[in-house]
Amino acid sequence: MEITAENKVLKFVEGLIPPSDGTSIRKEALQALNGMDFPTTRVEEWKYTRVGRITNKTFQQEERKANIEKYKITNLDAHLVVFVNGYFDASLSTIKEDKALSVQSIEKLDLDYYSEIMEETEENVFSLINKGYQTGGVYIKVGENEKTAYPIHLLHLTTGEGIISNAQHFIHLEKGSKTELITTYDSDEAENSFTNIVIEGHIEENANLTIQKLQFEEKNVFHISNEFFVQDPSSQFKINTITTGSLLTRNGLNVIVEGENCHTEMNGVYLGTENQHLDNHTLIEHLYSNCTSSETYKGVMDDKSTGVFNGKVIVRPNAKKIEAYQSNGNILLSKSSTVNSKPELEIYADDVRCSHGSTTGQLDEDAIYYLRTRGISEQKAKKLMVAAFIGEVLDKVDNSDIRKKVDQHFLEHFGWVF
Amino acid sequence: MLTIKNLHATVGEEGLEILKGLNLEVKPGEVHAIMGPNGAGKSTLASVLAGKDGYEVTEGSVVFEGKDLLELETEDRAKEGVFLAFQYPVEIPGVSNINFLKTAINEIREHRKQEPLKAKEFMAKVRESSALVELDPKLASRSVNEGFSGGEKKRNEIFQMAMLQPKLSILDETDSGLDIDALRIVSDGVNKLKNENNAVIIITHYQRLLDHIIPDFVHVLADGKIVKSGPKELALELEEKGYDWLNAEKV
Ligand SMILES: Nc1ncnc2c1ncn2[C@@H]1O[C@H](COP(=O)(O)OP(=O)(O)OP(=O)(O)O)[C@@H](O)[C@H]1O
Ligand SMILES: [Mg+2]
Repeated sequence: MEITAENKVLKFVEGLIPPSDGTSIRKEALQALNGMDFPTTRVEEWKYTRVGRITNKTFQQEERKANIEKYKITNLDAHLVVFVNGYFDASLSTIKEDKALSVQSIEKLDLDYYSEIMEETEENVFSLINKGYQTGGVYIKVGENEKTAYPIHLLHLTTGEGIISNAQHFIHLEKGSKTELITTYDSDEAENSFTNIVIEGHIEENANLTIQKLQFEEKNVFHISNEFFVQDPSSQFKINTITTGSLLTRNGLNVIVEGENCHTEMNGVYLGTENQHLDNHTLIEHLYSNCTSSETYKGVMDDKSTGVFNGKVIVRPNAKKIEAYQSNGNILLSKSSTVNSKPELEIYADDVRCSHGSTTGQLDEDAIYYLRTRGISEQKAKKLMVAAFIGEVLDKVDNSDIRKKVDQHFLEHFGWVF
Repeated sequence: MLTIKNLHATVGEEGLEILKGLNLEVKPGEVHAIMGPNGAGKSTLASVLAGKDGYEVTEGSVVFEGKDLLELETEDRAKEGVFLAFQYPVEIPGVSNINFLKTAINEIREHRKQEPLKAKEFMAKVRESSALVELDPKLASRSVNEGFSGGEKKRNEIFQMAMLQPKLSILDETDSGLDIDALRIVSDGVNKLKNENNAVIIITHYQRLLDHIIPDFVHVLADGKIVKSGPKELALELEEKGYDWLNAEKV
């Protein structure tokens, strides 16, 4: 009998429903997956994040009915597109009349267009598993010079044990268009399930995209997201990522700026408790001149939780007069919490203004004492200070309904008032 | 109101003794001034009374309004009515003055079994208290002490005292950093807050503050003890002669 080395990726996908028809995007992903392996911590990009806890398990795809009421955003007047376990649920979704917008199945995305746009992006084993085995997703298009009448809420819920949620989305903003995308992730009794999401986007010239991402899953699931965006000249892209969820979260966010006069903004807040591992990996790659980018991430880690921030900014040789600002601040609330913060600036051009800063520390004891001498309990004093610390980033969430949802979530889960 | 008996306290890991048998009695309606050389232990006394971590009482007792003060957590002492105006007020970026005072007032009110202040009442109190020490209303809504000038920080302390209305206020060198006009304004503020039911302990190096806030007693704290107490005239004598003559007197 011949002994072959066991390929973990093949084993991992073995139980997944083999894609029958398959678009060419799917076929390409399956091909690329061949011979790939899961990253170990020897791989620089995954140095601080062990994926073994995910990859040693097997998951199945399972379409389910669910009640999503409590995962909706109060008062938010938006197109609602619902995915349960990675499957589109038409009965729960409401796409309103909006001449600016077309929402189709991801299967409708044209391979030629897609390959050309996404040429520069780097896939990884999880994005390929997603694309090879996706169970649904939307291809959103905002028409030239149009602004959508409503934001678009992509609501993701994972429910049931050992599920893999593999939704794949693409958002295309044509020239001069504008929209706001809200992506939320929740789970319900989803022990050992795995959300493996891909969102890609193309922001054409003069277009403007804002994303509000809320990763609020419970602490018994896993979450890996791969987000890739390409910006054309004079476009604006902003994403706010609020993460409190999952046992192991890896937010992979990559933006390639392929034109002059663009602005890119990434803000993030991550709050870890218990044994959570929250990893934010970002990349901004400047290929052209006269662009600005701004990145602010703040983390608060309690109990035995671990935070990872890796923010890479690349300024290519031809990109002159780039202003790139990055900062990452962390507060450790307990002795057993840790943060690995790694800003990485790779600058190959001259005449560039880049700044970055990373801090990790405890709450100021003197400040806590000061507040206590005014009659505020130690617990409340800490909350006030944590709220002040992340409030600066939360204030960048400029949609009041989303902000309320975030505030509500923090109050319920951490007792924090902002 | 406050009875300190034979108080010994150490600081730091090495257990360095700073307070070495201090006695003090403060009654409602009184103003006590504590003077003394640098490093004598004046701020240490304030920290021990406020319950700061790192200070250990090794002997003696502190009774406040019939309660063993040393048994209480810092915040509970504040709720009982002890207030400390810091020699070096702490900057707390991101936490607004107003926000934290609202929290503080309502915690204290809850302790006294009072309803939380209504937003309107609270704002009225903010206006009234900031006017009392002529604190720029803009400062009231800024982050606690962040970027405040030395004098503004001191005014902010007395503004907070006005907001919280403590029974016993310990003002640790509130006069330092204040210009001449501010000294008068802040002192007038303290005088207005003064009544027969509350008391003030003023820690200072200079007579000029005591020209405005007239003490009932002046104490000299040297080497961890009260070595001399007297009427307000003692302060003048100290200003004139310094502290050395006290040592001579003892011998
Ligand atoms: N945390 C500490 N660790 C070590 N020594 C300390 C600590 N805090 C205070 N001390 C020491 O205790 C002594 C008394 O300090 P304290 O601040 O009480 O003096 P003070 O009377 O307020 O002086 P000043 O007039 O200069 O304000 C000083 O010698 C000081 O260095
Ligand atoms: Mg002092």
